[in-house]
Amino acid sequence: MHAVEKILAAKAGKDAVATGEIVNCTVDVAGINDLYLQTARSFSEIGGKRVKNPQNVYIFMDHYAPASTIMQAENQKRFREFAAEQGIDGVMDIDQGVCHQVVIDKGLSRPGRLVVITDSHTTIHGALGAFGTGVGATDLATILASGQLWFRVPEVIRINLEGTLKKGVFAKDIILHVIGTLKADYGVYRAVEFTGPALAHLSMSERFAMCNMTTEMGAKTSWIRPDAVTFAFLKEKGVTEYTVYETDPGYKYWAEHNFDVGSLEPQLAAPHSVDNVAPLSEFEGLEVQQAYLGTCTGGRLEDLTIAAGIVKGRKVAKGTRFIVVPASKNVLLDAMKTGVMQTLVEAGATFVTPGCAACLGVHEGMLASGDRCISASNRNFPGRMGSGQAELYLGSPAAVAAAAVNGKITDPSPYLS
Amino acid sequence: MRSKFTGKAFVYGKNIDTDQIYPGRYLDLTDAPDVAKHAMEGADGDFAKEFKAGDIIVAGTNFGCGSSREHAAITLSAAGVSAVIADSFARIFYRNGINLGLPLLVSPGIASRVSRGDELEVDLEKSEVANKTTHERYPLEPVTEYAKNILEAGGIKPLLKARFGG
Repeated sequence: MHAVEKILAAKAGKDAVATGEIVNCTVDVAGINDLYLQTARSFSEIGGKRVKNPQNVYIFMDHYAPASTIMQAENQKRFREFAAEQGIDGVMDIDQGVCHQVVIDKGLSRPGRLVVITDSHTTIHGALGAFGTGVGATDLATILASGQLWFRVPEVIRINLEGTLKKGVFAKDIILHVIGTLKADYGVYRAVEFTGPALAHLSMSERFAMCNMTTEMGAKTSWIRPDAVTFAFLKEKGVTEYTVYETDPGYKYWAEHNFDVGSLEPQLAAPHSVDNVAPLSEFEGLEVQQAYLGTCTGGRLEDLTIAAGIVKGRKVAKGTRFIVVPASKNVLLDAMKTGVMQTLVEAGATFVTPGCAACLGVHEGMLASGDRCISASNRNFPGRMGSGQAELYLGSPAAVAAAAVNGKITDPSPYLS
Repeated sequence: MRSKFTGKAFVYGKNIDTDQIYPGRYLDLTDAPDVAKHAMEGADGDFAKEFKAGDIIVAGTNFGCGSSREHAAITLSAAGVSAVIADSFARIFYRNGINLGLPLLVSPGIASRVSRGDELEVDLEKSEVANKTTHERYPLEPVTEYAKNILEAGGIKPLLKARFGG
C-alpha cells in the first residue's frame, strides 16, 4: 500500500484498502470557512442536531477577514452563534489568517492525520505527511453529523524532482512547470506525490507551496514522505505526537514522471489558466499595475523575507500597487519581529489583514478592467481577482517583488544576493 | 430523477472553473434563488437572459475545477439546469453536484460535437444523448451505483436525514 492509502485504512479502521475502494473515514481535523454558511444549513437540512466531535471542528473567518459587506458580517455572526450552540471552541476569528496556515501554525496538521476543510487547497497538508483534502459544504456537514465521510482510495502519481534549483528559481516555479507540462486535469481524483533529491533543498515553506498547488492539476491530495526537514519543523513547533506512514516497497504508481529542475528558469502562468505556463523571460517587460504577495501558496514568512530582500533600498514603481498579505497572524508577528514588514512598507507595500484577501476576488486588492497583476497566489482564472477584463500572471514571491519595484515583469535572479 | 428529458444545449470549453460558474464576489449570498441569478456569469454574460429551466449545459474536460464552493452546484441546480454533460468533471464539484441531486453525466468528446442551441434528448436508461438538431447520438458513461442512488433520492440530504434525523 501507499502511505496515503494507509492513512485512509487507519481512519476507516481497516488493515488494508485497495485503490478505487470507497471507505468511510473518521476525520481528525474538520474545517469550515466563513464563506460557506451552507455548511451549517446543510447540517440542519440533513437532520443534524449535535455536532459529533466538536473538539475536531474549526471555523475559519479567513475569506472575509474582516467583513466588507453586511452580508459577510451576518454570515460570520451566524457562524459564531453556530459554534456557541454546538460547543465548537475552535473559532479562528478574523485576526488569525488563512485556514491552512493557521492549521499549520497551531500544529494541527501533522503526519498521519486526515485533514478535511471546505477549501480546495487542503492538499497542502500532504507536505507534512497528512492526508489533506477539500470538500463542499454538504460533505463537511456530514462530518459534523457523524465525524466521518466517505472517500474513494485514490491512485497515486509520482513526480520525481532531480537537480538543484538555480538562484531565482523556487518551488513555485517547479509546480507551475509541472502543471504546465501535465495540465490542469491530469491529477483529477488522484494523489500526487513528490520525491527525489531536489526535495532535500526545499524548506517546509517551499514544500507547502508545491503541495498546495497540486489542487490546480485536479489532485485530491498530495504527499511528501516526512524526512529530516519535516521532523525539524515539527520539533520547532513542539509537535511530538504523530504517526508516520511509509509506502510499501514495490508499490505500483498510476504514473511516474521525472523532472530535472536544475535547468529550470523562473516560470509564469499566463492568463487565464494555471496550466498556461511558460518561462518568465517570455513575458519580461510587460507592465504591471499590481503585484500581489500573499495567500496560502505564497504568504509565508520565507516568501515575505525573500520579497523584502529584493525591495530593500528600492521603491515600488510609480503606477504599480504592491499588496502584501501575510498568510497568518504568526507570519505577521514574525514579519514584524524580523523587520521584514518595516522593509516592505518603507518600499511602498500596502499591508492587508492576514487572510485570503483579493485572491478570490472579493475584497482588499481587486483588479480593474485592463489591469495586469503578477501574483504569488494559485489561480488566474478569468475574473478571479476582480474584473474579467484584468490579466493575472502567477509567479514566485521573488518574481512578484521584482515586478513591484520595476513596474514590469522582471527576472528576480539579479536582485537576489 | 427523470430517466428521459430534453433541453437546449449551452456549450462551453474545457476547464470551466467554479469562479466562472459562480464568481467569488457573490459568495456571501446564501439563499438558492439569489444564488441562481448569477449562474455561469463569469463564463457567459448571456446565460441569465437565454437559459430556460430544463436546459442542459455541455462542456469540455475538467468542468467545475477550482474552488470547493458548493454555490457552483447550487447555482446550476437552482437555475433549473437539468443536467451537465461534460467530457470530464473536477472532483469536488462532482461530489457537490451529485450531493445536490444535479445529474452530472460524462460523455467524452461531446463538447466538440454539440453547438449552442442544439436540442438534446438525454436517455439515462439507454445511457445515450440524442441530438435532435443534428441527429447524432453520443454514448454516456454509466452513472455509478453510488451516484445513481443519490440522484434517485433527489440528492444526498434526504438519505442523510433518514440516517441522522430519525
